[in-house]
Amino acid sequence: MFDGVARWGFGMGRSGDLPRGVSRFLAGEDGWPDDTGCPVLHVDMDAFYASVELRERPELRNRPVVVAGAGRRGVVLSANYPARRFGVRSAMPAARAMRLCPQAVFLPPHFRAYQEVSRGVMAIFRSITPLVEPLSLDEAFLDVGGALRRLRATPGEIGQQIRRRVAAEHGVTCSVGVASTKFVAKLASGMAKPDGMIVVPHAETLEFLHPLPVSALFGVGRRTAERLAQLGLATVADVAATPLSRLRRAVGGAAAEHLHALARGHDPRPVVPDAAEKSVGAEQTFAVDHHDRDVLRRELLRVAERTGAALRARRLRGRTVSIKVRYADFGTITRSRTLPVATDLTHEIYRTARQLLDEQVPPGAVRLLGVRVEQLTGEGGSGEQLVLDDETAGWREAEAAADHVRSLFGSSAVRPASLLPHADDGDV
Amino acid sequence: MKIRVERDGLADAVAWVARSLPSRPPVPVLGGVLLDAGSGAGDTDEPLTISAFDYEVSATVGVPATVADGGRALVSGRLLADITKSLPNHPVEISVDGARMSITCGNARFSLPTMPVEDYPQLPAMPQVVGELAGEVFSEAVGQVAVAAGKDDTLPMLTGVRLELAADKLTLVATDRFRLAMREFAWQPSAEVSETAVLVPARTLADAARTLGASGTKVELSLASGDGLLGLSGAGRRTTSRLLDAEFPKYRQLLPSEHSATAVVEVAPLVEAIKRVSLVAERGTQVRLEFNESTLRLSAGGDDEGSAEEELPVEFTGEPVVIAFNPGYLLDGLGAVRANRAHVSFTTPSRPALIKPADEEGNVVEGYLYLLMPVRLPG
Repeated sequence: MFDGVARWGFGMGRSGDLPRGVSRFLAGEDGWPDDTGCPVLHVDMDAFYASVELRERPELRNRPVVVAGAGRRGVVLSANYPARRFGVRSAMPAARAMRLCPQAVFLPPHFRAYQEVSRGVMAIFRSITPLVEPLSLDEAFLDVGGALRRLRATPGEIGQQIRRRVAAEHGVTCSVGVASTKFVAKLASGMAKPDGMIVVPHAETLEFLHPLPVSALFGVGRRTAERLAQLGLATVADVAATPLSRLRRAVGGAAAEHLHALARGHDPRPVVPDAAEKSVGAEQTFAVDHHDRDVLRRELLRVAERTGAALRARRLRGRTVSIKVRYADFGTITRSRTLPVATDLTHEIYRTARQLLDEQVPPGAVRLLGVRVEQLTGEGGSGEQLVLDDETAGWREAEAAADHVRSLFGSSAVRPASLLPHADDGDV
Repeated sequence: MKIRVERDGLADAVAWVARSLPSRPPVPVLGGVLLDAGSGAGDTDEPLTISAFDYEVSATVGVPATVADGGRALVSGRLLADITKSLPNHPVEISVDGARMSITCGNARFSLPTMPVEDYPQLPAMPQVVGELAGEVFSEAVGQVAVAAGKDDTLPMLTGVRLELAADKLTLVATDRFRLAMREFAWQPSAEVSETAVLVPARTLADAARTLGASGTKVELSLASGDGLLGLSGAGRRTTSRLLDAEFPKYRQLLPSEHSATAVVEVAPLVEAIKRVSLVAERGTQVRLEFNESTLRLSAGGDDEGSAEEELPVEFTGEPVVIAFNPGYLLDGLGAVRANRAHVSFTTPSRPALIKPADEEGNVVEGYLYLLMPVRLPG
């Protein structure tokens, strides 16, 4: 969601703003640098939410467009490149974005649409290699090392194929970084934005890294950058040349080793495909401990609702519902119950969780409540036991509608009546 | 109190009244069994009346006995049942002295603490008799239907068997949303019955029907729906159950009125095949049934957990169909038809299938149906 260029503080666009010497790594008409030994791709969608919105509103393409949450306290979720020229950035309060760029078109988010595009894009990645590690809806690492022979392509060619397919099939652009490590690939995709590709040859990794400011190293925020600056360390090359002991004194042991390794181009992290989820759940820690059962039931409903929505968003169902109760003294109990058939419905999850709370949880001051659904089955797994009456179908439609409204207006837009402020009763 | 009673009669009676007692009664007296000898309040034709009551279910049975001294005493039902079950086959003498009950049988002697009879709740009076049924017919009907009742007490309306009383027939129906079982049979109400329907806890009803029906005698059905009470009696035993105060789903509209394919299957070989094939169905998820002109192909499992298939001959008419079911629910239905052959009808793989008993010619035997929702196959 936060696009690389802005994040690294390199300025707004690629042209003219690239750190010195980086432009030679950029893929162009006449190809790209040597990509041998560069199996790691980082693919990052360009201004993702805004780009998806612009598919429906192509007339806005050259105007500043900002996707922001509704309300006074909404924040900028995505801004297209014309908006970024005015200094609009992700995570900035929407009100500030409006001051910076009053002529921008502000659009509410449509998470359903983003999820759908994201699924399609991830499916493209997975058609190339099973080693896909999604970092969020709009970015992922790929390890294409094992796919090169099968596809008779080099990493750079695969990167270009991905960019073409994403644009052709989904009408949005992405940028690709190709390198020998995850860290460098991610830096490269950020500099390739928008709609570009950078290949950092294995042998030139240090030449690529060393001119960059220390803030390019992941894990270096403002505070760390200041401490390094006090040592006179401004670039990655400076960090690489500094003895580890000196770095340790400045930023602490673990961080020093981490930065030193990165600055020397070492990043041993493999691309790990996302593991199948074993359970889905949500927890709530209270600002004050609660004794009152009615209050606890209401909170349980809130947590069950989050759990149900998470299951539905992932298209998973589970058979076992468990609750977790942590008391003020941190004593914690969990209780679970298995349903006859797997569910993803809030009201079934809540009904089961509430029964566990009522029957198996001793009284006491509670500081945390959690609800979890286990024994998950996805779409590809087992079938769905159909039900006779249409009562459940009604619930399913209601919850799907609520999920939809929440995706448009945020999580507090639709709630069970008993979660409304000043509700008299915890029953639903 | 001082009585003498035959060991077998006593043990059976205590075991029967104690069977429904809660294992952890909310107050100790509700875990008790009341012995009433010749006080007149016992309300059976026998000199000794034994009863239990936990506000949900009451049970009362008369036992032949010789009463030397009348009286009433309350002791732990579970303990008394365990003791009487293991007594040697000799006459049993029971006497109460102060707060102790002594039980003597042969050379064995027990002394039990009694609980205060004054604290014991009044058993509900038997409601008005509404009709009489052959015990085995009733117990079979309840057994056929209760199998489909829900066990999830967060949905109380699905944990009951609905009894519909009409002037000419009695209808029993239960559903847990995944299947629905219904049995109808003709009966003669003893009094004029206005059409009425009640919901009885399935476990209690099944248990009462089984134990009363086994005696091979008539079972009397009595009802006080205003008081929320159902009574069943037969062979000197009487039991009452509190009715469920919940709305049963409007199920008639769910019964399919037409079908596009039917199969007649031999029940026993099909049951065996389902049990075999579903061994590879992970967590009993589903077994697939492919009906063709003359064969039924069962299959389950997949590449990960292993797979199995088996073919059976079948009489099938209609378009070939592939449909999947939870094997446990399917076996319940095939067992509940209580027939050698079953008639199965379908419309589509996502609509309910209907299982009915069939005669040797393959014709439907009306009176029972088991409606089963399929499992929608992934993909």
